[in-house]
Amino acid sequence: MQYSAKVLEHFRNPRNMGQIEDPDGVGEVGNPICGDVMKLYVKIDDEKIADVKFETFGCAAAIATSSMVTEMVMGKPIDEALKISARAVAQALDGLPPIKMHCSNLAADALKAAIKDYRSKKSAAAASK
Amino acid sequence: MRRVYMDNNATTPIHPEVMEVLKESLDLYGNASSHHSFGTEAREKVEEARASVARLIGAQPEEIVFNSGGSEGNNYVVKGVTCEGRACSISSRGNHIITSSIEHPSVLNVAKCVESLGVEVTYLPVDQYGLIDPDGVEKAVKDNTCLISIMFGNNEVGTIEPIEEIAEIAKRHDILFHTDAVQAVGKIPVDVNKLGVDFLTLSGHKIYGPKGVGALYVRKGRKICPLIEGGHQEMSLRAGTENTLGIIGLGKAAEVAAKEMPGERKRLTALRDGLYEGLAARVEETRLNGHPTQRLPGTANIGFKYVEGESILLRLDMEGIAVSTGSACTSDSLEPSHVLLAMGIPPEEAHGSMRFSLGRENTDEDVDYVLEKLPPIVQDLRQMSPLYAKK
Ligand SMILES: Cc1ncc(COP(=O)(O)O)c(C=O)c1O
Ligand SMILES: [Zn+2]
Repeated sequence: MQYSAKVLEHFRNPRNMGQIEDPDGVGEVGNPICGDVMKLYVKIDDEKIADVKFETFGCAAAIATSSMVTEMVMGKPIDEALKISARAVAQALDGLPPIKMHCSNLAADALKAAIKDYRSKKSAAAASK
Repeated sequence: MRRVYMDNNATTPIHPEVMEVLKESLDLYGNASSHHSFGTEAREKVEEARASVARLIGAQPEEIVFNSGGSEGNNYVVKGVTCEGRACSISSRGNHIITSSIEHPSVLNVAKCVESLGVEVTYLPVDQYGLIDPDGVEKAVKDNTCLISIMFGNNEVGTIEPIEEIAEIAKRHDILFHTDAVQAVGKIPVDVNKLGVDFLTLSGHKIYGPKGVGALYVRKGRKICPLIEGGHQEMSLRAGTENTLGIIGLGKAAEVAAKEMPGERKRLTALRDGLYEGLAARVEETRLNGHPTQRLPGTANIGFKYVEGESILLRLDMEGIAVSTGSACTSDSLEPSHVLLAMGIPPEEAHGSMRFSLGRENTDEDVDYVLEKLPPIVQDLRQMSPLYAKK
């Protein structure tokens, strides 16, 4: 299986890896039985992604797409970030081997889950006021 | 950069002595079946090779059938004994076969194939070490059982099966017995008569010989339908002009293996144990997959919790270290190793299991190099893993 140089570079030097102490939203997708779990933490400021970090258990494609997705959404308005597709992530990495495309789905899904978590927390907070 | 090859169960480098004879034989082009001097020169070399292979496993030369390797040998026996489910003089013995759930795909997928053609197949379970219970074999025997096929040494975890005991059961019930000994031959003593097997598969490229050549041992008097019909080569059991060069290489590899086995067996067992013990001391929550002692000399399958195998494989490759993983993401399937799952290892831990298979070129320094490079890689990947509780 051949990975692009860009995938290998992100795999070797992942950006924004780790946890956010006090996140506004957390999204976790995948499961260890399938071999890929991704957890994305976001900090939101003025409906923009002020900070984003990831933790991933998975193959090189899973790690590289996690890293890439954090780079792509950093500083972006939430609505724009939500438009980022799995394909766009894979393309930004100069492509993924076909059997690895499921891994890029995971990265986009984790982002959506984190934003959803942020929004539900926000509306719960608004309702309790 | 230092390069360390620890994937000898996948394939081995050509032994220097084998390389020598291969070079010398490049212009030996006669057809071994031709009745002129060109043909007889080739025939002599092929027969020398047959004698070497026979000697390595305690067989008679006329019981050795050269073929294209392990996959062919396994296909041949499983399809040949069952006649692929067709009614045929050989299959009159019955149409039930017994095999195990940890066989190489060249047995398992063939079993599934003949199953779809109407042959009944029992896939025996294994215990936590990957061992097959001979009592389980005995219990699986039925009136229509025609073949028992159990591998000798498992390619993924290295567990050595109780072949002699299982062959004894087969004999008692008058059932043909086959063992896929691709990973055992050349590494541990294998004697077809002491074991009491009817068929045995071996392959050239796992014993420092060429790829695409192997042999099937067929006990004298045992009948089997040929997989490849055609000319009268190989006692009419395998048609096709002999792969002279490959066969010569296999013959030499067998001769060298017989000579080097006792020393290599001891040396590799010590290296393998040093590798596992060193890793277990440096990396917490590691596990040895496979039998602690009843195991192929060079094989150590080691699980690292909370990380995925392909990531370890690639990071090691970046350091010049070649190993393999039974995990989903490297192979084309997304399932974790069928062998580890059959041993009851949880899927998430099967995903983080690596196979180190050492061979004749590995040294103490190689093991030290892996012990230096691997622990920080696992630590790095664990820091990245959401499954790992950070300390
Ligand atoms: C146990 C076992 N059986 C069979 C084979 C297939 O051998 P070959 O590659 O010669 O077809 C292998 C090698 O992958 C093996 O490890
Ligand atoms: Zn993956």
